[in-house]
Amino acid sequence: MVMEYNPGIQLLRPRVDFDNQGYWDGIKQHKLIFQKCKYCGLLIHRPRPMCPRCNSMDMEWVPSMGKGTVYSWVNFVYANAAYPGIKVPYLVVVVEMLDGVRIVSNMYDVPPDEIYVGMPVEVVFDDIADDLTLPKFKRREV
Amino acid sequence: MNNIKNRAAIVGISMTKFSKDSERTELYLTCQCIKAALDDAGLTPDDVDGLVKQTDDASDEHAVTSSMGMGNLTYFGESRWGAAPSAMAMRAAMGVATGVANYIVVYRSVNGASKRRMTPSMRTSGQMSTSDLLQWTFHAPFGHMSNAGRVAMIVRRYMHEFGINNDQFGWVPTVCREHGARNANSMFYQKPIAFEDYLKSKMIVEPLRRMDFYEEADAAAALVVTTPERAKDLKQRPVYVLGAAQHMALETEELTSYYRPSISGLPEMGKVGEKIFAMAGVTPKDIKCVQLDDSYGPFVPMQLEELGFCNQGEGVDFCNRGDRIRLGGELPLNTSGGSLGEGHIHGMNHVIEAVRQIRGTSTAQVKDAELVLVASGAGGPASGLILGGKS
Ligand SMILES: [Zn+2]
Repeated sequence: MVMEYNPGIQLLRPRVDFDNQGYWDGIKQHKLIFQKCKYCGLLIHRPRPMCPRCNSMDMEWVPSMGKGTVYSWVNFVYANAAYPGIKVPYLVVVVEMLDGVRIVSNMYDVPPDEIYVGMPVEVVFDDIADDLTLPKFKRREV
Repeated sequence: MNNIKNRAAIVGISMTKFSKDSERTELYLTCQCIKAALDDAGLTPDDVDGLVKQTDDASDEHAVTSSMGMGNLTYFGESRWGAAPSAMAMRAAMGVATGVANYIVVYRSVNGASKRRMTPSMRTSGQMSTSDLLQWTFHAPFGHMSNAGRVAMIVRRYMHEFGINNDQFGWVPTVCREHGARNANSMFYQKPIAFEDYLKSKMIVEPLRRMDFYEEADAAAALVVTTPERAKDLKQRPVYVLGAAQHMALETEELTSYYRPSISGLPEMGKVGEKIFAMAGVTPKDIKCVQLDDSYGPFVPMQLEELGFCNQGEGVDFCNRGDRIRLGGELPLNTSGGSLGEGHIHGMNHVIEAVRQIRGTSTAQVKDAELVLVASGAGGPASGLILGGKS
């Protein structure tokens, strides 16, 4: 069961700005990258102008291993409480990456009755539209 | 002295009826409600020199002053969102304690159900704050926008860590509706539910059901704050602010604090609890009843844990079967019904109800309710109060 969208309803697009552009440029190229402080080495998600640990504004983008586990998850089952552009049911997850940061995303193809906290997952890139790619997650064999 | 214990008292309260459609503008409700709170205190608009409102309230200060004939405002401020009600009272207490104003009105008016608005609120004006930008950029594209979904994500992790079954969340809404059913001002007057009704309630975002969430209401509330010295000359028995605090931590977000080491608690509320108990010089055992933020029912057991009424992970057991949290139990909560059982105006009714308990005028009156705790802003920036009948 792959996540499906309702045609004719506007997709919600990220608001790309100076602070997060590098991240979304990476996603477009099917690369999951995270912000890293060049001074103290802290890995940061979501991107921000300043390192919260050392206050450096000198940042770089580093590749993620692309692997993690489901930290928490919800199942949108009722259309009126979900985004109308996506067909219910759909799963939203918080994934804890092996890199050490967390990311909010969707499960790409796992049915709601199979997901669990701790499920190993890996990133997959969903080209939803010509101008929109999202990082999603699929079950990872271990 | 680095606290505001006994430096302020609540001397007037008022609340409109909760309804699905007030058939009035929000400004109309604001003026009506402030006038009634001043009448309750024995004051007039002329006496008022301070106003405190919620950040997204549609009734701007200049509209209130122009309608009510308040010509001498020396202090006006605001607090944000669900964390606002206790924080607004704190802001008013600070105002009178420092002497920048003498009689400060705190108000909240919202046509949340009918959406009957005089002017569009900030929420619909198209402005995007930095926190909105984070939500739109990293959550919305995945269909994760509703408050229900945001809350459910935290609750799922809480269930996982403490072995909780989501059916167990049903006791808080059941008790809130029991209390609300006694309150003629409530949207749910004489409409209690049974625990089984919760189990039958529609699943919205698994693991949470419709009855885990507030229902929108049209209503307004106002309270009047002054110094304990001035309070002596007024009509009502003063209700003293014994403890007041706000808290925001690293990575605190509005219902989406997913990016910090643990998400199965409400650490901001824990800090608020530490501060207000220390300031008031009392312990959880001294508190006669609590008015907790029940916008989202499953956050109620988490607040009981954070505020020290039980240990971490034991909040759901504390609420089980409702006997300890209903009127007659050891810690009755949300005695007017709260957001789940009275109506949702972002928690202002909880502050009003705490004052009623201390005055002895609640529709679910707790015996000798001399010390009452109010919590606002569960799941984000938080605030809290300890109010008392004696200074
Ligand atoms: Zn750094």
